Amino acid sequence: MFWTVTQSLLSGLGTTFEIFLLTLLFALPAGLILALGTISRFKPLRMLIQVIVWIIRGTPLMLQLIIIFYGPGLWLGHNIWSGNEAGRVTATVVAFTINYACYFSVIFRGGIEGVPVGQREAGQVLGMTKSQIFFKVTLLQMIKRVVPPMSNEIITLVKDTSLARIIAAYELTFAGYSFMKSAGLTWPLFYTGVFYLVFVGVLTLLFNYIEKKLGYFK
Amino acid sequence: MSFLEVEHIEKHFGRTKVLRDVSFSLEEGNALAIIGSSGSGKTTLLRCLNFLEKPNAGTITVKGEKLFDSGQNNREREKDLRKKRLHFGMVFQSFNLFPQYTALENVILAEKLLAQSSKDISANYTAADIHIAEQQNFKLDKKKIMSDIEEHGKQLLDRMGLSERMNHYPHQLSGGQQQRVAIARALALKPDILCFDEPTSALDPELTGEVLKVIRSLAEQKTTMIIVTHEMAFARDVSDRIIFMDAGVIVEQGDPKQVIDNPKEERTKQFLSGYAQGF
Repeated sequence: MFWTVTQSLLSGLGTTFEIFLLTLLFALPAGLILALGTISRFKPLRMLIQVIVWIIRGTPLMLQLIIIFYGPGLWLGHNIWSGNEAGRVTATVVAFTINYACYFSVIFRGGIEGVPVGQREAGQVLGMTKSQIFFKVTLLQMIKRVVPPMSNEIITLVKDTSLARIIAAYELTFAGYSFMKSAGLTWPLFYTGVFYLVFVGVLTLLFNYIEKKLGYFK
Repeated sequence: MSFLEVEHIEKHFGRTKVLRDVSFSLEEGNALAIIGSSGSGKTTLLRCLNFLEKPNAGTITVKGEKLFDSGQNNREREKDLRKKRLHFGMVFQSFNLFPQYTALENVILAEKLLAQSSKDISANYTAADIHIAEQQNFKLDKKKIMSDIEEHGKQLLDRMGLSERMNHYPHQLSGGQQQRVAIARALALKPDILCFDEPTSALDPELTGEVLKVIRSLAEQKTTMIIVTHEMAFARDVSDRIIFMDAGVIVEQGDPKQVIDNPKEERTKQFLSGYAQGF
């Protein structure tokens, strides 16, 4: 039985990992673009992004997931997500990307604004171009500032993937839960917890390593 | 015509007139001190010279070349602006060293970037052209140029008395050492005019001496400088000319000893008496 459960959980972990990685892949650049939008001089753009961020951060991710998965089918009359597992994962990634891009954008904005103006000015008076100032002066300082809040958010993302169960995506929590439903077993639930703990543990080590690497300057 | 001519500079922030009809000139090899209370416009004036602020009116001319003229259309390309900036060096009150680079890397970063990009800008790169020689040889001998730049940076830090600290990061240095690195960094691009914006104001009193000593030796070597400072005795000693500013205008200018010891204007007297009482 242990082996069956392990196999099943590993398969769930695969889906969890897929949602996690794809969300990061899309939400990180999207968050950076949104962050640049919120500090843009063009006021309508700033306002628009602020409203979007307000809506996305102000409503539950689970609700957003339900709307994105079921909404198109109800409004358009046909489901744009194919009804199989891949379709459910895709819908999850889309909902998560929108949600996490908004959270990331706030973190990125903090990182950009946290670099003192004097750094940019020092680059300017030394005749550097705008892109040289960004890549050679501000970027690394911004990354250093962003790592601790980002690690928080990314660890939350690992656990938020369990919300995909609501649209029946077969991720890790769904896999563990199914043994309770089918066989009345509770220990797979704890075993599932161990999977998350290991996942988050590895991420924590990774973030500690990055922080240490960037610790050579202040 | 003087080395630097600043004429009728005006700068407004909204309704506030920070600089009103500021004109002065500076000869090559001279040091100009600017004194005045906080908010008198001294720093804004330096920032205008370094193109960190754009004046609302006036002209700035260096070596006969008009760098800024409010009468002209001043929507210039970034490339031209950068070239003009190189006439001036700037030492900030809060140092603004790049924290992720060592002292030496801070000093040579801009020069290296300039050497790298000089390939593409060679055609337009004439004024303030400290790198023209490097530029011509660039493709031939990149390695040599980079090692020359590094050697030059080491020499500068050595002049600042920091040969033991070249590979330290800014946070490992004292305030006085950081400011000396910043001076070396500003000197690295061989600006025509070096500007100091209250270089010792952010330092503990016991650290101001080492920075003032460096500036003094630069003055002895006939570096053309503009120094905004609150160190009256230092300004009196080191500068060839002094300007007292108040509320955005130049109230009095002239020989430093005469202005500080025997000010003509009432406002200058008031300002200086505040210092005499040790405030």
